[in-house]
Amino acid sequence: MSPVAEPTTATRTPLHVTGELLATKKVGAYRHLTLVAPGVPERFRPGNFVAVSIGAPGSDTTRLARRAFWIHQVKPVGGYGPTLQLVVEPTGPGSQWLASLAPGARLEVTGPLGRPFALPKEPVSCLLVGEGYAAAPLFPLAERLRERGCAVNLLVAGADEAHLLSALEARRSARAVTVVTRDGSVGLRGEVADVVDDVLGRSQAAVVYAAGPLATLHAVAVAAEAHGAWSQTAVEQPLTCATGLCQGCPVPVVGEDGVARRVRACADGPVLRGDRVRWAELLGEAGEPR
Amino acid sequence: MSIDLGGLTLANPVMVASGCGGTGRELAAYVDLHELGAFVTRTITLNPRAGGPVPRILETPSGLVHAVGLQNPGLEPFLASELPQLVQQGARVVVSIAGTTLGEYAELARRLGRAPGVAAVEVNLSSPDAVASGVLDVREPFHAANVVAAVHRELPRGLPLLAKVRPDLIRVVESARTVLEAGAAAVVVGNALPAAMPDGRPAGLSGPAIRPLALRCVTEVRDALPDAAIVGCGGIADEADARSFLAAGATAVQVGTALLHDPTTAARLARALTTDREVIG
Repeated sequence: MSPVAEPTTATRTPLHVTGELLATKKVGAYRHLTLVAPGVPERFRPGNFVAVSIGAPGSDTTRLARRAFWIHQVKPVGGYGPTLQLVVEPTGPGSQWLASLAPGARLEVTGPLGRPFALPKEPVSCLLVGEGYAAAPLFPLAERLRERGCAVNLLVAGADEAHLLSALEARRSARAVTVVTRDGSVGLRGEVADVVDDVLGRSQAAVVYAAGPLATLHAVAVAAEAHGAWSQTAVEQPLTCATGLCQGCPVPVVGEDGVARRVRACADGPVLRGDRVRWAELLGEAGEPR
Repeated sequence: MSIDLGGLTLANPVMVASGCGGTGRELAAYVDLHELGAFVTRTITLNPRAGGPVPRILETPSGLVHAVGLQNPGLEPFLASELPQLVQQGARVVVSIAGTTLGEYAELARRLGRAPGVAAVEVNLSSPDAVASGVLDVREPFHAANVVAAVHRELPRGLPLLAKVRPDLIRVVESARTVLEAGAAAVVVGNALPAAMPDGRPAGLSGPAIRPLALRCVTEVRDALPDAAIVGCGGIADEADARSFLAAGATAVQVGTALLHDPTTAARLARALTTDREVIG
């Protein structure tokens, strides 16, 4: 039995809580943070994320914009109940501050946020494609899919070994794992776009799940379309509020009614059907890195 | 103990500022909307607007620079889905509007005046990137007053009109006076300051950075127009901020940017200021 109960609709509303950093671990180019955030893990579904305030709670130096991070794992830690694990790539002032925190630090956390990955009703074959830190939400997804009897195929990519989320722990949920690095340090040399067609053909996947840079998501959506598979893409945009209030993270899509509109990556996404996203427009107006 | 804001009755002086509460559905996860004084919607236009390109919002020290471009679904979808949802949640709904012509303003007022559940209309006369967004240029108080008069003519008697003017210290008293004379029941003092994105696109600056300036504007309007109903807006983040605006003569306050940082801010402020008023009577 799963240690964390499956949430019901009533308990899926996000919470705003003061959490505590339990543990922090450097893994390659990333920091894995383990957080206690009461009530948040219980509501988690793969594809959800959390928003974190940058700066100690109540301090004058708190930054106004919040930072969003994929939930990588929910697991019980003795004495604390279920905890959240986030993967942080320290690139800007916000993520660097988070990565520098010592255990015991208090953090303001809002979550779980965003629409999660939709799970197939039938036990079909699935391909999960993740690049860089964005592969984080695919590991809990793999577990959920396996519980449903789906055959799980993983394609994990990164610039180099340091930017590759370890597929080791996922191997037990996966039927096949393909690794691609840009410099060829691990696995195949190249990009997701170079291999996704081939992997998709071999896996016979009916559903493709993807998380990574926009160009990668686009390549996956195109490949899925060509193979007649559904695609679920986790679209990342720089977020200001992360809760759906500010309309700062537009994603151009075509609605079910055929009408072109812009939805919010945070509240209407981040997971969107790949065939609904207007990729050309999205790639033309990609935001700045945080 | 309720508050009278030019005929709009509020349970407490805390309002959600336009454009910072989403559709209401998202904010409802953190606050019961009926606990708030009022919920001001994002600015609604007659026709849908796709909004501007990204980046739309960037962080600056003590503030946010934003150029959303008034993205909204247009009046029809708003009336069909967003408004009923807000009403159902018990929100006191104030609909913010903008138009590209006086005729559009009149049409918006006519249709909203008949819509059940609208407690008041707020005319957005101070969008910091209005000209770039293509809405009617109302930077001159005279033009702003024309818009207010056009909207006022179409609203049913008893439906209050709020006019949101820019926190421009030089013109704010004149702006407030002219819109009140044109039929506004209350004046909302403060919106984002005109600013620019790093690439030069017209934008607005909001957040704690502009709070002292907004407070000064409220003070000036109060001094010049002792009987005006004033709503203070600009960088209000906590109870002390809200109290300083109320002390300066505002009847109510609007909270915006603070919600983007912590969506529970509105609930906390509403609770603090409601209790306070009940105790004092």
